[in-house]
Formats: sequence, structure tokens, C-alpha cells
Amino acid sequence: MASVPMTAQIAGAGAARRMARKQGLPAGRGYGIQRRPRWVTYAILAAVLLISAYPIYYTFLLGSADSGYIAQHPVPSLVPRGNFFTNVGRVLGADVHFWKSVLNSLIIAVVTSLSTVFFATLAGYAFSKLRFRGRRGLLVFIIATMAIPTQLGVIPLFIVMSKLGWSGHIIAVIVPGLVTAFGVFWMTQYLESALPTELIDAARVDGASMIRTFWSVALPAARPAVAMLALFTFVASWTNFFWPFIILSSDNPTLPMAVQLLQGTYFKDFSLVMAGVALSIVPLVILFVAAGRQLVAGIMQGAVKG
Amino acid sequence: MTTATPDAPPRTAAPAEPPLLPTRSRWRQRLSRWDVKVSPYLFISPFFILFAVIGLFPLLYTAFVSVHQWDTIGGQGDYTGLKNFVDVLHQPQFWISLRNTFSIFLLSSVPQVIIAILLANVLNANLRARTFWRMGVLLPYVVAPVAVGLIFGQMFGDRYGLINSLLNSIGIDNIKWHSDVLASHVAIASMVNFRWTGYNTLIFLAAMQAIPSEVYEAAVVDGANRWRQFRSITVPMLRPTIIFVVITSTIGGLQIFDEPRMFDQTGQGGPSRQWMTTTMYLYELGWGNQHNFGRAAAVAWLLFLIILVIGIGNFLITRRIASAGTSRKQLRAEARAAQKQEV
Repeated sequence: MASVPMTAQIAGAGAARRMARKQGLPAGRGYGIQRRPRWVTYAILAAVLLISAYPIYYTFLLGSADSGYIAQHPVPSLVPRGNFFTNVGRVLGADVHFWKSVLNSLIIAVVTSLSTVFFATLAGYAFSKLRFRGRRGLLVFIIATMAIPTQLGVIPLFIVMSKLGWSGHIIAVIVPGLVTAFGVFWMTQYLESALPTELIDAARVDGASMIRTFWSVALPAARPAVAMLALFTFVASWTNFFWPFIILSSDNPTLPMAVQLLQGTYFKDFSLVMAGVALSIVPLVILFVAAGRQLVAGIMQGAVKG
Repeated sequence: MTTATPDAPPRTAAPAEPPLLPTRSRWRQRLSRWDVKVSPYLFISPFFILFAVIGLFPLLYTAFVSVHQWDTIGGQGDYTGLKNFVDVLHQPQFWISLRNTFSIFLLSSVPQVIIAILLANVLNANLRARTFWRMGVLLPYVVAPVAVGLIFGQMFGDRYGLINSLLNSIGIDNIKWHSDVLASHVAIASMVNFRWTGYNTLIFLAAMQAIPSEVYEAAVVDGANRWRQFRSITVPMLRPTIIFVVITSTIGGLQIFDEPRMFDQTGQGGPSRQWMTTTMYLYELGWGNQHNFGRAAAVAWLLFLIILVIGIGNFLITRRIASAGTSRKQLRAEARAAQKQEV
């Protein structure tokens, strides 16, 4: 049986509202008797929005100024100064391999997102829809691994990567991110409710092999959750610092490393540093504007089930 | 156990089929059965292989490294027993790093959970442009911790900082964010809060929306005002979510590295290590001047054990606190009372 939020996801908000009416649920959720909140609520939310957005705008303001201005104006004017593109030019010309770092971050984020999504859906399909010995125990094990601070294993990981000759290459960052426990758990939860068992049976009766069934039946059904998981993996990978910082060298950095290098080298010229920070933020802010809706929905769905 | 797969019985090999091509059919039957049996394990194997290689093995091998003399460049040396652990425990810097880590962790997680719950309660209304406001609280999540560290490091400047200027304008003197211990912790905690409060708000909001509206309706009928509803229904019903958020923030918070690393340009955690966290200390032992993997591994294991203990402790405490409203005992007592009345 489809739930209202599931309908909202599959068939759109209108269908969900209709379904909610049919089931006699209030169309808005939350407190039983719904009334529009007063302006105080909006004032609080506007203040929160300001706190969320101002540091990002502040970065841009400082990145468009020069060091003299920054020293004299601790609270920058809300109108940006005219130096942004000059500063960007200096960042790109600085000795931190900025373009290379963008390319590295992009490759790492795209590869780990695709691979996490594929392997997590594969495992999630097995855990939610296939019967095999030890299924329950193995799933519990995967969930338990989420509570293990694996970051603390960096020393042996560094030794191993050095022995393999991967130290300094982005493959050393890609491999540990190929699949995550969170991803497996996430896809298991989703497929449990979103993929009808009859569909799998039908494919099997038609003579499809197990992997074929996965590819033609499970993967298409998982599409909404796949998109969300890919988004989260992308953000996590793009913002990751600790492990790349350890295993990569400063002449082959990721974007956060390049930002750190800017800070270390040009800390006396903060307009340049902040222009670099602004550049590093822009791609994810654009992604956020385009797909923030999915991120919000993803966090909220994961929370209800998790 | 050949037919114990009710989800996907190998119907292609049904015995009712007339055996036109006996050998081929038998071959296909065996293949299909093998497919059904082995595929699930193949499907889940990537995670387990990867976890074994980059999760489990490194943690166990860290223990091995920690009982050896081990130079970052020179490699494995003599077996030294617990010497690395003893050495680390005798380093004042290790204890300073622990103090800093815990202080920053408490300053970030406690206000964060409280603000997130309150903010979720604000968002849990019949708002216009609902998605817009939700996206608004989530925006900081896409800013990398490294960037947040840099931005806030500048905002919390000791002399020309934005925050101090604002404080001056309401009559408060400059605060030495980069030299005072507690002030530096507040500044770093605010970076963590900036990035994660919105994320946790949405988790709480989702949990709030899962609370059936009948419960609130009943409370309204009983004359409960909004604050009473929040205190006596919303918070107790959020118990599992609070546990979840607290545990995840413990695991992440005690390993904090990026934000304090970026708080000033030297990355040492301050002139007298005011904000050097344990993970920063680990990094410095292993990849700083000391090149001592043995001691760094000892620190990693100590921190691992601490996180484990705190995680379990957190679980128990949060369960107790969050269940104060509707503990099982209380529920049972109420049920008994109700039974008595019926009799």
C-alpha cells in the first residue's frame, strides 16, 4: 500500500493531496487544527535565513575587496567592491594548482557518487528483497559500522596506500569512498517499500537472471532514492578534507586542500584567500539552488525511517 | 534448502516441464539455482570487502602499530609493548587536546540539539513557501568545513573582526578569540553549529511530522497550550531521534579536525595549543615534526575507546532523559491503574 509521502514522490504533490483527502488526513501536517502562523514565525525564520546566508555573502564581499579595505572595515559594506575578478585571477595564478584541484575534486566526487549509488543499490536490493542466510545479521552489522570512527584508521591506511604506490594520487581518495554503510542502509530502507515483490517475481518467471532482474526492475524503481544518495555523496566528497590532506601532496590537491594552501601562503592578503573560498563554495551553492529541494526531502525521509 | 527461496523460485526449472532436452535443461536448472543462491552474497559483497580493507583492517592494524616503534618514513621498528601509550599519557599536550576536544564538543552539540528542536518546532507550522524556509536552514550544509573554518576565523578576528565590532557596538569589549581558551572553543563550536544545526533541524522536523495529529488534538481538548504541547508531547515523542542525533554528533564531534585546523593560518591549534583537538594532535604526531606513527596510533586507539565509551554512555543517558515524560514504568503504572478502574 502506498503512503501519502510516497505518492508525493512518485506521482507529485497534487496526487498526494488528493490521496490525503481521500484518507481523511489533513493536507498540511503537524498540529491538528491548522492555521497560518503569525508574522513572528516568519521573523524568526528570516533571522535564521540571514545567519545561514550572511557568511557566504561575507566571503564574496571580502573576496571583492582588497587587504587595505578589509583591515579598515571589519564590518564590510553590503555593496560588494569591484575587485572580485582581479582577485579570482590572482587565485587562479597563485601557486596552489587551483584548476587541478577543481578537476581532482570533481573526478573524485563524480566517481564516488556513481559507484556508491551502484553498489549501495545492489546491496540494498539484496537486503530488502532477496532471501539468504544471515541477511538480518549482516544488515545489523552494516548499521553498526556506521557508529565506528573509521577516520581513526588513517595510519595503517596511509601505510597501505604508500605500499601500493597510491600515495599522492587521487585513486587513494576514491577507493575508500566507493561504497558507504549509510548508502546501503538508505537503499535498503527505500527499496523495502518502493519495490513490489510481484515485479521481481514476474521478471524471474520470464527467465531473467538475478543480475538482470536487478538491472531492469530494481534499479529503475530506485531512481528517486538514487538521485538523493548521489547528491549526498557528492556533497560529502566535495567537502571532505582530512584524508585527502593526509594522502595527497600539495602539488596534486583537492579543492579544500587548495583553499587551505591559499590560507597558509597568502594569509596576509585576505581578499585573495576569500576570493578562493568563494570560488570553492560556488559550485555547491549552484547545486543547492538546483537540487536543495531533494536534499531537504532526502534528510527528512531518512530521518523518519532511520 | 533448494526451494527455500519464496521470493524468487527458479520456475524455469519446474519439474512439470517435459524434459525435451534433458542435459541442457538440467544444466540450466543447476545454473539458475546457483544464481539464486549466490547472487545475494555477490550483491552485498562490495561493501564488506571495502569495509574489511579500509575500515576493519586499519583499526586492528592501528593496534599493531601502536605497540611498536614506528617511524612515518623509516617504517616498523622494535616491539615496545605499551610504551607508546605510556608516553602519550605522560604528554601534557595529549590531555590539553582531550580537554579542547570535549569542550568544543559540548559547546557545539548541546546548544545545537536544543536550537534544532526549537527551530524544527517553528518550521512545523502551516507555513507559506515551506520548502524555501527549509532550504534556508540547510544552506550552510553545502559549505565545506574548511571554508567555514576560514570564514569564521576571519569573522572572529581578535582586533578587526566582524563579531568584535558588533560586540563593541553594544558596549562589550574585544574578546580575544584567538588567544583565550574558552573564547576560541566558542568560536570553533559556532562553526560546527553553523554547518549542522539546519541539518539536524530537518531531521527533527521530519520526526515531528510523524507524530499523529490526534495526540495534539487530544491535548488541545484537555486545554494544553502550545508550550505544554511542545514539552509534554513533542519532546518525549522525539526520543529515538534525539538519541540518533546525539550519537552521530558524538562520533563526528570527537574526531573534529577541519574547523580548528583552519582557525588560524599555522594550523597548530594556537600558540599554546588552546584549540588543538585530539585528531590534530594525532596528525601532528604522525605527519608533523615527530614522524612517530607508533605514538599517533596509540592516540588513535585511545580516542577510539573514548568515543566508544562516550557513545554508549550517551545512548544510556539520552534514553533516560528523553524518556522522563513517558517512561515504560510510568506507562505500565498507568495501564495498571486503568485496569483497576475497570475492575
